Amino acid sequence: MHNTQAEKFIVPMGPQHPALKEPGHFEFTLDGETVTHAGVRLGYVHRGIEKATEARTWVQNLYLLERICGICSHTHATAFVLGVEKLAGITAPPRAQAIRALIGEMERIHSHLLWLGVAAHEAGFDTLFMFSWRDRETIMDLLEEITGNRVNYSANVLGGVKYDVQEKHADALRRALDFLETRTEHYLEVVKNDEMFLRRTRGVGVMSRELAEAWGVVGPTARASGVARDVRVDAPYAGYVDFPARLILQTEGDLEARFSVRIQELFESYRLIRALLDHLPTGELVKTVPRRIKAGETVSRIEAPRGELFYFIKSNGGDKPERVHIRTPSICNMSSVLSLAVGHPLADVPMLLAGIDPCFSCNDRMVLLKQTARNGAHADEWTWEQLHQHGIEYYRKQKR
Amino acid sequence: MIKLEQAWHDALRQIKTWAQINSPWAIHFNSGSCNGCDIEILATLTPRYDLERFGIKLQGSPRHADILICTGPVTRQARERLRRVYEQMPEPKFVIAVGSCAISGGAFQGCYNIVGHIDQVIPVDVYVLGCPPRPEAIIDGVVKLLQKLELSKDERQRAKTNE
Repeated sequence: MHNTQAEKFIVPMGPQHPALKEPGHFEFTLDGETVTHAGVRLGYVHRGIEKATEARTWVQNLYLLERICGICSHTHATAFVLGVEKLAGITAPPRAQAIRALIGEMERIHSHLLWLGVAAHEAGFDTLFMFSWRDRETIMDLLEEITGNRVNYSANVLGGVKYDVQEKHADALRRALDFLETRTEHYLEVVKNDEMFLRRTRGVGVMSRELAEAWGVVGPTARASGVARDVRVDAPYAGYVDFPARLILQTEGDLEARFSVRIQELFESYRLIRALLDHLPTGELVKTVPRRIKAGETVSRIEAPRGELFYFIKSNGGDKPERVHIRTPSICNMSSVLSLAVGHPLADVPMLLAGIDPCFSCNDRMVLLKQTARNGAHADEWTWEQLHQHGIEYYRKQKR
Repeated sequence: MIKLEQAWHDALRQIKTWAQINSPWAIHFNSGSCNGCDIEILATLTPRYDLERFGIKLQGSPRHADILICTGPVTRQARERLRRVYEQMPEPKFVIAVGSCAISGGAFQGCYNIVGHIDQVIPVDVYVLGCPPRPEAIIDGVVKLLQKLELSKDERQRAKTNE
């Protein structure tokens, strides 16, 4: 007789998988239908952007960093620009700051609608997927009208913004918001009342407030578990100083709460955009920023659609940054999926994964885990001299 | 007897080409893209653009696919995967490279973890430019590929009549 009890059944998922639009590899150990252990292997999209920033000028980096993630490109650029402006001791004009916030909110709308569709698709609810993506096109049209591109808008420049929001844009935006508002009300009703959908979301993947805090979860995922954390509220930046955002909070911590928090954030974005359009400050768009940025280091925090985005920027006084480090929200949330998956049926895993709105291209940053070597020093840490010597020896070997 | 087999093969090939042109199945692989092209590819399937009206279906397994839609520069980690996905596809197979990165490496040229662009790893049939290309451009790329197939069908027929 075959002893099936002692055997583990491992289901691999990815890097190419219908449920994943981006490459990531997961391994789920199963007992029957229930997941008993989950593991992840990331890094398929690791491109080495942080290192590449050191070889490009401040202006070139703006366009490189925007391409970390196509969905939240504006937030990456805003975080970088705000950090560099802080280093240079320049504040962008108020109109530029307001337009940054405006496009940031438009991006949040497009990102949340995109997420709603993808998450509904994972639940097998393709009707909602198609509807939400159809409505998303209205905001994409407006983004294109204002900035000239549907994705990767590059609205930011060092010291301000490139594009102005004119009266015709404002009118079109107001009309689009009216339409989106009625649609979003409908989606909220569907998500909260559709019996079939609730069976996939209500009580699934419950994360208590304590767990959310212990795992360091950020963004809407944290706010669905009752963690009141939103950079727009806690440390307002750009236009949010004059146009404060409201915090959306829910305490249930299950998938339904994550759905409802994101949809309610859409309403908040609509309100913010209306306020911004009604009281858009007048004045210039750009201030001149020198080609060389003063030496120093700074951090810059932004609320991306997925949570807190953190930039560390160091300058040595040249026309290129000395070091840029990026901490993206998806990597903070990823560990929570692995822990939450344990105890759930395998069929719920794609939903749990979609629940944090993962973005693998943001995710795949280099993380250094310190391992203590035998003699007490850090084995993985090299001094500059060691690295230099290694480079010389490496290329000498290559030549031979 | 031999002639009969030849006719049978011709008929089979005609049916294959007919099926390919009318209902190509596509698979999407991201080998290091920033997501921008990926969401535009997804947008082509949604009601505004509706690529499915051409009979094109995006589906999960490379073993059922005719067209591989690639996005992004190729990272060192994804290179083997890309090659494997390509090799798992049944013949005849076609590759569409979507986006500047897929064509030339784009903004990521010179990054340490980038191998290069798609056609350094697998052969590419159609290139779609843009960062990211608009959904219309992607549809145009797919239609161009279908036209190419149709042309090859015509050429074969012409060759046959010349015989």
